[in-house]
Amino acid sequence: MTTTAPPQQGSIAVAHAAHRTAKKKARVARRLVLPALIFSIVLTQIPFLVAIVFSTLEWNQLRPDKIHFNWFANYAVVFTGPDFFSSLISTVTITGSSVVLSLVFGLMFALLLDRKFTGQALARTLVITPFLVMPAAAALIWKWSMLDANVGMVNWGLNLVGLPSISWNTDLPVLTVIMMLTWQYTPFFMLILLAGLQSQSKEILEAASVDGAGPIRVFESMTLPHLRQYIEIATLLGSIMMLQVFDPIAIMTKGSGGTKTLSYLLYERAFIGLDVGQAAAFGVVTVVITIVTTSIILRSLFSVFIDGGKR
Amino acid sequence: MRSLRSAALTIFTWALVLMFFFPILWMVFTAFKSELDASSIPPKFIVDLTLSQFEDAFNRGMGFYLMNSLIASVGSTIIVLMLAIPAAYGLSVRPITKVKDVLFFFISTRFMPIAAIILPIFLILKTIGGLDNIIALVLLYTAINLPIAIWMMRSFFSEVPLEIIEAAQIDGANLRIELTRVVLPIVLPGIAAVALISFIFAWNEYFIATLITTVDARTAPPFLVSFVDGRGQFLAVLSAASTLAVLPVIIAGWAAQKQLVRGLAMGAVK
Repeated sequence: MTTTAPPQQGSIAVAHAAHRTAKKKARVARRLVLPALIFSIVLTQIPFLVAIVFSTLEWNQLRPDKIHFNWFANYAVVFTGPDFFSSLISTVTITGSSVVLSLVFGLMFALLLDRKFTGQALARTLVITPFLVMPAAAALIWKWSMLDANVGMVNWGLNLVGLPSISWNTDLPVLTVIMMLTWQYTPFFMLILLAGLQSQSKEILEAASVDGAGPIRVFESMTLPHLRQYIEIATLLGSIMMLQVFDPIAIMTKGSGGTKTLSYLLYERAFIGLDVGQAAAFGVVTVVITIVTTSIILRSLFSVFIDGGKR
Repeated sequence: MRSLRSAALTIFTWALVLMFFFPILWMVFTAFKSELDASSIPPKFIVDLTLSQFEDAFNRGMGFYLMNSLIASVGSTIIVLMLAIPAAYGLSVRPITKVKDVLFFFISTRFMPIAAIILPIFLILKTIGGLDNIIALVLLYTAINLPIAIWMMRSFFSEVPLEIIEAAQIDGANLRIELTRVVLPIVLPGIAAVALISFIFAWNEYFIATLITTVDARTAPPFLVSFVDGRGQFLAVLSAASTLAVLPVIIAGWAAQKQLVRGLAMGAVK
């Protein structure tokens, strides 16, 4: 803008003016951001600070007369108790498997739906739908209509091809949660990967196949490298969303059989155990774990997509 | 040979798509059955269709809970837009020094497990008598959706050519005119996408709703869960209620598919 002014007399004045406009712009920008910032601080940061205070208290709602400050005793219970590490394992197992499976199915659907074929638009619409369905409704339908041992459609399908029925909900709770999550998140992965596929130049792909590269070779050496950043981002965002998952666990398994993830454990402590201090300590630890993980993830994301971006 | 392979691939694709879509199809179909037909084994594909399950769902108060869901979702979406549009604009078109830190702050609030902050919020609401209150729900949904909205909106604003904005500024447009007459018309599809996604997340939310509402402010998701009881046959009425609860979002999502896809893909990738 004003930096193109000739470097003669008056350039200092020009620089001052430019500095003033920049400052004014920054001031306006701050004013635009402030309301959202204040709102976020009041509704998320302050409750978190309150949770930190709670975490240092001996406070069970069943004994409200006995509230007192007890330093880090709640944290000691978190780390020495058996629940924390087993639920960390449950969280990693469920999130990890669901992310990997959603990625595989999402990639498969993206590749299949990127092709031109009869009813392509309708097929895409249908595949997106599970992502729109209310998780509570989806969990109920999966548990009862699909996976119920007696009236579930999955067992009916198994019987049809000569396989025995399985008591999914009682024998394989971890698998039922993973199935449900994979079903809900496959469309999310598909959408991002499809956007990636569509940003790839078709001419280069055709040129490669004219040059004699088979479809597998083209996929391996051209499509997959191009999709890399899309796969990374879908995986990171998918993991972050699934790490917090609560609905299918509360509705399908109630934390039984290795499905007690960190967020469900927290809920149990707070709203069933009624132990405020314990629950708050669990919460703080969970937040620290999540913030550290996502910070690492996001810093690397930002370095690619914001520092590398134009503004 | 080539066309044969292509046809086979198309059939394979459609088979997978229909399998994937089947749970939703089956839910809608079950909603029109009688309870007896709904839980019969082997499943019945040819049955007398009935609307009585929908009637039953409404008799149990479905309309009231859907209305609460609507108020909470629309209310929070409006506030989200009111806060996110200026914020995202400030963070993209008029860059401030610590853009990265501010953005990082916003996005990190989204990744804070809600389970961890809901306990203090619950106790505060209990103290001030704000439990089972739709306004509390609206504010919490706004807090949840705000970071994502700002993040997505910013990527849409970043697409607006800087020259257009500068031209408007040189023509003497003040901030209000610059935003409403110049920038907003360009990013309108983006705003639609953000509004839609914010609406969907609020409409579908279960965890907070189940904890802080009981009767007056109860929304559809926790109500659905209450359909399952020990008394046995509930599959058809559950399917009917679920169909009613998921239909608005599915229809909105299908109708605005382009915006939805754009919003999700942009928010994630850009």
